[in-house]
Amino acid sequence: MARSFWDSTVGKKIVMGVTGLIMIGYLVVHMMGNAKIFFGADDFNEYGHWLRVVGEPFLHRMWGLWIARVVLLTSVILHAVCAYQLSRRDIKARPQKYVHKKARMSYATRTMRWGGVILGLFIVWHILDLTTGTVHPDGFEDGKPYQNVVDTFSTWYGNVIYIVAMLAMGMHVRHGFWSAAQTIGVGSRTRERVLKATANGLALILTVGFISVPVAVMTGVVS
Amino acid sequence: MKLNLRVWRQKNAETDGAMASYELDGISPDMSFLEMLDTLNEELIVSGEEPVAFDHDCREGICGACSLVINGDAHGPERTTTCQLHMRSFQDGDTIDIEPWRASAFPVIKDLVVDRTAFDRVIQAGGFITAPTGAAPEAHATPVPKPDADLAFEHAECIGCGACVAACPNGAAMLFTSAKVNHLNVLPQGAPERETRVLDMVAQMDEEGFGGCTLAGECATACPKGIPLMSITSMNKEWLRATRKSKR
Repeated sequence: MARSFWDSTVGKKIVMGVTGLIMIGYLVVHMMGNAKIFFGADDFNEYGHWLRVVGEPFLHRMWGLWIARVVLLTSVILHAVCAYQLSRRDIKARPQKYVHKKARMSYATRTMRWGGVILGLFIVWHILDLTTGTVHPDGFEDGKPYQNVVDTFSTWYGNVIYIVAMLAMGMHVRHGFWSAAQTIGVGSRTRERVLKATANGLALILTVGFISVPVAVMTGVVS
Repeated sequence: MKLNLRVWRQKNAETDGAMASYELDGISPDMSFLEMLDTLNEELIVSGEEPVAFDHDCREGICGACSLVINGDAHGPERTTTCQLHMRSFQDGDTIDIEPWRASAFPVIKDLVVDRTAFDRVIQAGGFITAPTGAAPEAHATPVPKPDADLAFEHAECIGCGACVAACPNGAAMLFTSAKVNHLNVLPQGAPERETRVLDMVAQMDEEGFGGCTLAGECATACPKGIPLMSITSMNKEWLRATRKSKR
């Protein structure tokens, strides 16, 4: 059964839908965590510390964080592998384009593939910048996330990369959330408006929520 | 009406094709699109050229034989089949691009004619019910709730023309397959094969080389019979249910 599930285009799409929803769930939590930056350095740094000790004493220090990381990494990989395999199949299924082209799909729908690639690259940069500190501008300090965030968004390229990626994320979520609902079969005629509205609402709230941080640093609200 | 036509010409499946231009005069706005092509072919035959090959049969919008992507739209600008499209939908002096369905599962046989037997094999995989032979059963023997009957009928309207595949950016046959699956799966007559039907038809659809669904919605926009996009959602649900229940 597992084999025929994975081999099917419908099965692969379901894998994409479920992993996508897991990642959207994470984005909501991540955005709410980010909002703590508006309550000052102590609040934000303390929250960063709590993430490392969450679940203690049941979980050992860092276990909660690592469980989340493993789940997310698995989701990202499964999502990307399915997307790649399905895209190759889709392109093969329509080898010849029409001479008379008509673009009717929404921007969000058309940009799912490249938007996804952009998001993948962004995640790599984001982790190297604010988790490992490898590409962080001037002096990454472990345990001082507030200062690290301010450093990143004090560079022009940090702002540009982040804001472009968050706009791409909003588009991706807009089509992705609604699509996931159809793919796992929870959509219906009566739920159509609610699902569309939720997709648009989620996309808007997530985009605004995430972009508010670099904007706050740029305007000096957070410094 | 005077028209500039640009038509896909292709000798056979082995050779490459190209768009060819034709000027056509004296077209009445009351002609159907296919009658306009008949007129073109009459002129081509008189001048000793090879007529344009295109599929057609009932010419009343119920058989699913006619096809054609007209100015980038499957079945043209109106929401109907090409045979029910009339020249009044165009303006005098228009340039009209006419292309065949494009999908690797629908290879071009000649000019505008494509091979749609992939659909037949998807039907063979599960588009049937088990029924005892002999006299027709009494019509009221199996009660069907009205909403289910309506839903089945809505999906039974699919004429298998392939416009959904032609319009889909991925050459996917999800709308066609879902129409067939939902039509039978919602009815008590289709219940014995409810699980195998959806699993086998989806597997055959993949086997034929159709693409996957990205919920672009182009199929439902092109469908001359108005099969809704939500049909695909229902099939996904049936497929998940069947996968859970299946012992295979």
